[in-house]
Amino acid sequence: MEFWGYRRPDGKVGVRNHVLVVATVGCAGEVARKVAESLNGTVSFVCQGGCAAGIKDLEATRAVLLGMIANPNIYGTVAIGLGCEFNKMEDFLALARERTCKPIVGFTIQEEGGSINTIAVATRAAQQMVSEATECVRELCPISELTLGIECGGSDATSGLVSNPVMGLVSDKLIAAGGTSMYSETVEMIGAEHLLAAQAAEPAVAQRILEVVKGREEEQIRSGEDIRKIQPSPGNKAGGITTLEEKSLGCVHKGGHTPVMEMCAYAQVPTRKGLVLMDTPCFDLLSVTAKIAGGCQVVVFTTGRGNTIGNPVAPVMKVTANADTYRHMLDNHDVDMSAVVAGDRSLEEQADITLQEIIKVMNGKLTKAEIQKFGYAETVISQPTDYI
Amino acid sequence: MKPTALLINEKDNVVTVTQKLDAGETVTYLDNGELVSVVTSGVPAFHKVARRDIKAGEDVVKYGRIMAVATQDIKAGEHVHTQNVKSKVQ
Repeated sequence: MEFWGYRRPDGKVGVRNHVLVVATVGCAGEVARKVAESLNGTVSFVCQGGCAAGIKDLEATRAVLLGMIANPNIYGTVAIGLGCEFNKMEDFLALARERTCKPIVGFTIQEEGGSINTIAVATRAAQQMVSEATECVRELCPISELTLGIECGGSDATSGLVSNPVMGLVSDKLIAAGGTSMYSETVEMIGAEHLLAAQAAEPAVAQRILEVVKGREEEQIRSGEDIRKIQPSPGNKAGGITTLEEKSLGCVHKGGHTPVMEMCAYAQVPTRKGLVLMDTPCFDLLSVTAKIAGGCQVVVFTTGRGNTIGNPVAPVMKVTANADTYRHMLDNHDVDMSAVVAGDRSLEEQADITLQEIIKVMNGKLTKAEIQKFGYAETVISQPTDYI
Repeated sequence: MKPTALLINEKDNVVTVTQKLDAGETVTYLDNGELVSVVTSGVPAFHKVARRDIKAGEDVVKYGRIMAVATQDIKAGEHVHTQNVKSKVQ
């Protein structure tokens, strides 16, 4: 299996060729947005952090910003800061250059003399970068270059029954071809963590899975929610989910059957290929953002009730096995898996169709969220300890 | 005849129905390319029925993994839910 991608100077392969205009602190957000909006070929996203932050918050902000810059879908980056923030431009650019040799330039509003001057210089720099980016030509690359993110949100009975098992089979096929499949949303692993640990490639990975899930469970209990006591919800039970294990298995089944190679930290790029997990909260906007910062070039989002979200850096394909939802929100869904529920198609056949559709998107077909230019406001960065 | 249920993994001892079925109706699912049928005692849409007899104390398997343990004997075709199985982790 092959796809047409952009080979980057750091060796990674992108499926899009954007110039990223990134605010390194919330105070530069509007300037970055205006620069990105005024040009073709640029993307940007909301960053509200970067200052007055505890060390964990600053680390999370930097992890996502640097991850987005390093994501292979990005040709190069124009970074814009204010000047006096914790996330100092000079240090930030040095960190970015440690991560990737792709082009990056940075400006600060205090140094440039206000927002309008900064918009002018940053727009000129971004225009030059877009001009260079568009000289890049796609080349044929093996599917092993793909890190696929899988997200599930707005679930219904069809999610655990069809769309997640289909994505499990897609993961198995991708991994058999040498690729990487990633899912996250740690709280949804509670109740199935012993089964995930048994799926781990080695004891150290199993241990890490158990520790990470326990950490999230304790965090939930501290905030007043004991998942083991309240899940599955009465609505889940009425819908046919009997136990917590069943609910969690319905979620984690989207990763497939191959050994778990790694449990990555939030926004961390995996060091191993195959099936990898990432420790993230369950909030879809946040966990999609973290996976793309972790290097996913494409995300497949399974849903039952319907969903709209996109991301500026990577295509987010919306798939559903609920025929009514697919038709009712045709503007937002990319793949209809309802033929499996109707008994007209097997899980295996739907997995093959879905993988072909993923490859089309990798080759340049725009997802519905991309056509609608969604994603700017749907990028959410974790702030574990809130602001100072 | 079209399937009315889905078998997710061949190790599973339950299947999930894709429509409401009344007592005496047939649950039909694909198993390795072949249509298999079992008569149900009645089951709501997207709930589970036993593929074969499950004894009290036996594990209930879905997605190829253990999702519960039977608290009483369950006959093939019978609705599998909170009345006859329980969690092993709750």
